[in-house]
Amino acid sequence: MEFNEIINPGNLVYKKTNLLTDKVLSYCPGCGHGTANRLVMEVIDEMKIQSETIGVASVGCSVLAYEFMDIDMVGAPHGRAPALATGIKRVYPDKFVFTYQGDGDLAAIGTSETIHACNRGENITIIFINNGIYGMTGGQMAPTSLEGMKTSTSPYGRDIESMGHPLKITELVSQLDGVYYVSRQAVHTPSAARKAKKAIRIAFENQKLKKGLSLVEIVSSCNSNWKLSPVKANEWMEENMFPFYPLGDIKVDGVAVKKVL
Amino acid sequence: MTEEIIIAGFGGQGVLLMGKILAYSGMMQDMEVSWMPSYGPEMRGGTANVTVIFSTERINSPILNEFDTAIVLNQQSLDKFESLIKPGGILLYDNSGITRFPSRQDIDIYCVEASEEAARMSMAISFNMIVLGAYLKISPFVKLDNVIKGLTKSLPSRHHHTIPMNRDAIVRGMEIVKKDIK
Amino acid sequence: MAELKLMKGNEAIAEAAIRAGADGYFGYPITPQSEILEYLMVEDAFKRTGMVVLQAESEIAAINMVFGAASTGKKILTSSSSPGVSLMQEGISYIAGAEVPCLIVNVVRGGPGLGSIQPSQADYFQSVKGGGHGDYRLIVLAPASVQEMCDFVPLGFDLAFKYRIPVLMLSDGLIGQMMEKVIMFDQIPRATQFDQSWSLTGKPANRQRNTVTSLDMDPYGMENHNRNLQAKYTKIEENEVRFEAIFCDDAEFIFVAYGASARICQKSTQLARDKGLKVGLFRPITLFPFPKKELLALAGKTKAFLSVEMSAGQMIEDIQIATKGKVNVEHFGRYGGVIHSPTEVLEAMENLIKNS
Repeated sequence: MEFNEIINPGNLVYKKTNLLTDKVLSYCPGCGHGTANRLVMEVIDEMKIQSETIGVASVGCSVLAYEFMDIDMVGAPHGRAPALATGIKRVYPDKFVFTYQGDGDLAAIGTSETIHACNRGENITIIFINNGIYGMTGGQMAPTSLEGMKTSTSPYGRDIESMGHPLKITELVSQLDGVYYVSRQAVHTPSAARKAKKAIRIAFENQKLKKGLSLVEIVSSCNSNWKLSPVKANEWMEENMFPFYPLGDIKVDGVAVKKVL
Repeated sequence: MTEEIIIAGFGGQGVLLMGKILAYSGMMQDMEVSWMPSYGPEMRGGTANVTVIFSTERINSPILNEFDTAIVLNQQSLDKFESLIKPGGILLYDNSGITRFPSRQDIDIYCVEASEEAARMSMAISFNMIVLGAYLKISPFVKLDNVIKGLTKSLPSRHHHTIPMNRDAIVRGMEIVKKDIK
Repeated sequence: MAELKLMKGNEAIAEAAIRAGADGYFGYPITPQSEILEYLMVEDAFKRTGMVVLQAESEIAAINMVFGAASTGKKILTSSSSPGVSLMQEGISYIAGAEVPCLIVNVVRGGPGLGSIQPSQADYFQSVKGGGHGDYRLIVLAPASVQEMCDFVPLGFDLAFKYRIPVLMLSDGLIGQMMEKVIMFDQIPRATQFDQSWSLTGKPANRQRNTVTSLDMDPYGMENHNRNLQAKYTKIEENEVRFEAIFCDDAEFIFVAYGASARICQKSTQLARDKGLKVGLFRPITLFPFPKKELLALAGKTKAFLSVEMSAGQMIEDIQIATKGKVNVEHFGRYGGVIHSPTEVLEAMENLIKNS
């Protein structure tokens, strides 16, 4: 096939999302962040709300999200993204405001900001990437690391007695009255990514209703720090993460749809 | 003209409000005023005091360590502030609960039996207004009309029905204040 | 309409914020400044002007709400007192790094730690040297009256937006809690247009996306950013110095004091003049930028300076740097929440005069 034929629009089967910039992603190959970034931008593109959206990037592997997402964004201090989003949404109640946070950011250092933004029912969307480890700083134990999981700060496996239990923060905040929608998804297969995108779409659409906060958790792999190949990491995630962090809707339209264990 | 006053007593006696009314009254008469409370966890029962200054000139320090007038409503305040009155100054006290009486010879000392009078009039909440009346009688820097305006400004509107009663208390204070005879 | 009111310093800040056309206040209760949040709630600022008022779950959240809201180019403020302002330092460093304009009020109380709830000026170093991590400065305004608590709110916002910098109003429990006459300025309408060159409004098709961040992974990029910040601070030092000099023209000895201490020293100055002593008072109004040139000029014709602070001596270091050893500078101050009296300040000056 000639080059001109290849670039013929009729032959197009896949292209970069309009709202992703040309900046090369800083995420490791095999990481779920790239797909999750893309899904959020696809939803904003499809809803035609680029000019109405303000994003809040957090500290962690997605710290440079504002270089990849072609929207107005602010970079928050570690854990404080829900507070920044609160500030923005309160002075711009009709804009779409979202945070993009990892598990260390949202479930450890930012627990207070997370719980209180949820409890106040801020009309924002939280995209929460949970890979059970601190990726950016080189694989330390996260609040969501599983029991027995080996990390650089739990080199012999997470010991519950001395290191505490993995934190199911998504189930925890789903019980707050200010929270309107909670769903846990994954992006490791095309079908999982499609479901995740639907959940993200709902989470953004909900902002128009002004009925409270929407949170979508995306369980992701971190093959670099799990020290597995991308394929093996996804298998490990399915075998170990999903039983503890089961996928599916947890709260829809303000009503719990899954019994919180 | 500058008048530097300390008002001191128990929290809950209306010390701060009395000072606020005086400050408002001074402002109504185009004077410069300042009102500086002791503040903190002293809402009820602890000691409370407020420094009120009114002056025809710009007020410098809102915090003072000597006063033209001290209005003291309990023993601790009397013990603390009697010595801080400028020579020739004024001490006004309520005698209820006082066991060690003022002793200075170089100031004018006035007593108002405000606690007893408030009990007699069955209007304990107007206790501070009786004291205020006593002060206005001794040192008529501000006019009664302006004090009533100050009272109106200082009280939340839900308490405005008490203004006539407070006015009566002020007038009563003016009547019953008496100079200590040395 | 401009109005004459009798108000506490804290209330004056709150009323001035509404009238200055502020778009939002985020704060957390702490003595001795809780009247600010209370006043905004009682006055129903949102009903009056559309100004958002929110009680945050902590000072950490409050300053980050400020960061987010101010990133949109709107007029946002917060207030707290010493321990709370310590908690805010991380956020303030980010805001300074990201060059976001906003107003922060510190009604200082005694420290360190939980300290006391009484007035203090011991947060001077924290305020004028940066406060959090990294090389940065805030514009620091030091009100000495309830009127200035009012007037420095619109002034603070003007400076914040002129230089895209957080402005700190360094007050204390005395100025916050005292009532004085204040002439309140007329209501300024809230802005409807925001600076599209940097602020977050949602990216329209006709401009590049805006990013508000303090991060640059490239150290050379970060060094360059720091150079730009330093150039901005130099410009501020050249253009925004404010001070008041009282009886300094013929003074042989000069009090240097800001905020509440300046008020007390004013009385001491008057008492000294009554005694025939040639004493003056120099009051820095901006603590950063510090009135270095003016103090240096006075140093040449003065026998000694007495720096009076409700601290163990912090501003004295800036006076010494400014005066380059040309004049003897001594410190006097009570601290921990104790306020020095006009006469003890006078005594300190008389001792200095005797020993000079």
